[in-house]
Amino acid sequence: MKELPVVKVDRVIELEHAVVDGIDISGGWNRMFSQRSITEYPTEAMDWVTGLVGGESLRACYQCGKCVPVCPVNHVGDYGPRKLNNKVLRGNRLLDDPDLWLCTTCGACYRVCPKEVNPLDFMPAIREQAVLEGKVPDELAEAFQNLGRTGNPMGESPRKRIDWVAEAGVDVPVIGQLGRPVDVLWYVSDYTSYHPRGKDAARAMARVLTTLGVDFAILGPEERSDGDSARLAGESGLFEMLAEQNIKAFGKYEFGRLVVMDPHAYNAFKNHYPRLGWQGEVLHYTQFLAPLVDRFVWRSNVDLEVTYHDPCYLGRNNGEYDAPRILLEAIPGIRLVEMPHTKRNGYCCGGGGGGMWLDGFVADHVSERLSERRVREAVATVGTDGTGVLSVACPYEPSRFEDAVKSTGNDGRIVVRDIIELIDQAMQPPPS
Amino acid sequence: MEFVVLVKQVPDLAEELVIDATGRDIDREWMTWVASEWDEYALEEALHLRDAVGGRVTCLALDTGSVDELLATCLARGADRAVKVGSFERPPTTHTAARAFAEALGTVPHDLVLTGVQAIDDLDGQLAPLLAGLRDLPHVSVVTHIAIGEDGGTATVNQEYAGGVVAEFAVDLPAVLGVQASREAPRYAPVSRVRQMMREPMDAIDAPAGDDGGLVVEALSVPEAGGAAEMIGGSADQVAERIAAILAERGIGKVVAA
Repeated sequence: MKELPVVKVDRVIELEHAVVDGIDISGGWNRMFSQRSITEYPTEAMDWVTGLVGGESLRACYQCGKCVPVCPVNHVGDYGPRKLNNKVLRGNRLLDDPDLWLCTTCGACYRVCPKEVNPLDFMPAIREQAVLEGKVPDELAEAFQNLGRTGNPMGESPRKRIDWVAEAGVDVPVIGQLGRPVDVLWYVSDYTSYHPRGKDAARAMARVLTTLGVDFAILGPEERSDGDSARLAGESGLFEMLAEQNIKAFGKYEFGRLVVMDPHAYNAFKNHYPRLGWQGEVLHYTQFLAPLVDRFVWRSNVDLEVTYHDPCYLGRNNGEYDAPRILLEAIPGIRLVEMPHTKRNGYCCGGGGGGMWLDGFVADHVSERLSERRVREAVATVGTDGTGVLSVACPYEPSRFEDAVKSTGNDGRIVVRDIIELIDQAMQPPPS
Repeated sequence: MEFVVLVKQVPDLAEELVIDATGRDIDREWMTWVASEWDEYALEEALHLRDAVGGRVTCLALDTGSVDELLATCLARGADRAVKVGSFERPPTTHTAARAFAEALGTVPHDLVLTGVQAIDDLDGQLAPLLAGLRDLPHVSVVTHIAIGEDGGTATVNQEYAGGVVAEFAVDLPAVLGVQASREAPRYAPVSRVRQMMREPMDAIDAPAGDDGGLVVEALSVPEAGGAAEMIGGSADQVAERIAAILAERGIGKVVAA
């Protein structure tokens, strides 16, 4: 059999002639090998998309529709990855189409796509063309401008990046002032540094690292946004500029590994900074802490029913499902309950791929926010009497989900906590 | 038609301003610079006008040592040419700036000169009138809704007054305009294009840098803080109740039955 000629159709290898037990089971010539009606469409727009670096896979879509039921945006609107292919086939380059900005690059469709059509590649490619033509929704342009000016999407002063330290209750060394190598360079990230709720996680992390005796430091005012969400939203030049600034800062100091709070930063440093010249060990904070779990000294019982939201850029897009769960299950008193959408099938919070900065724009095209849908699912899982917790491991989420808890009328039924906040709580003495 | 836009940088207010040891200037150690908002409106208007009637947009900035990115951003937004004017150790007074731009306009062709009507570091709005005086050109300031006449020899502009009254002016070209607002928000300049433009060589024109009078700052001080803000805490219902009470107290809105 091995000597027989093979016909290679994508990745399916078919024998031109196959005889099994004396019976010829070779396929006959059929319509699959002739021109199909699909080629009657104009090809200019598809040629244009697939001519972009990253746009190539869109042509491979054969409209099977497996992507539609798993797409979180499809649940709340008239959008689906399959439809993008169809629109492009009909001559629409998507540059003026709101659909261009609805994808959160959560990767749920890519996971089930038999043809490996990947919006994480083609969305940024098409969006980049829209950005170059000046077709950027205003609120996204403002975030881009802030990132370019100040290195964070809020437009806050780079010097204020370390203001949260004052209330941490422990010493948080800045590597530039330390003057020696450290084991862990802790990349704090934007929302953890500046957002009122994000800062709670930063302070909790500082206390936990200190209690565990980790040799760590932060970059302080030299830290800039990792830029990953700007990249996925189509501003590749901005991503490169921010990456160059961070890589320059990383290069000034000696450290063993980089530990990050933000899955988007994890994705950037691990998968995209290497091509820009920086390579090193990167760990999400849950990955760094999970192996140390036996060293934790628990001082309080945290009697709560907790569910966990897998961040798209830690879970599905980078394959880490265990570390956050190891930590949660180690916390005394916590009962972990999974939501129906979990792990590989986790449901997007709506903040990725630029969604964090498109809230108003997206609201015009969907029936409810993805964060609101996710909160309803969490409430149905653990939220009954106010002891339910939606735990998270991404700095985009406390503010997104807390807003959604209020807007869905679930205030008082569930709370949102970063895993590090729960760990910190259990390591403190019980409140008297 | 030759459009010329005068642009400058101002301190980025993302950083809190600190008064330096002399007490007459702000500390520049941590300062970063951004394009002046009104100059961005002037550029946006010039780009729209060029696209409507044809021609060229040239941006001029006094070279204070850090204007390459400012001019590259103008080019990234669609300006055709960027020119650095003179050489200055620090941002000069409006009088000196007007003298330098007047000199530059001796060699830069111009039918319509646009600049921001003011900037956060000079609320005097004098650049456009001073420049117009030096070049003996007509001038209108605080303008919106700029349009070029069909003959190409005039422009019409609006000035908005209190009470919703709008005046329309016709002005002979060449002229100088102080722009208050653009018809659309200034377009986004993609970083990759700005960086590409930074690599292009930029034109430069000599201009006098001597002090040319104007206002002298004698002292700077930080305004004293006024009344304290009330932070409203509690549940959503308690917050809503408190806001409703405040509004009722001040006679804003009316209370309807719950």
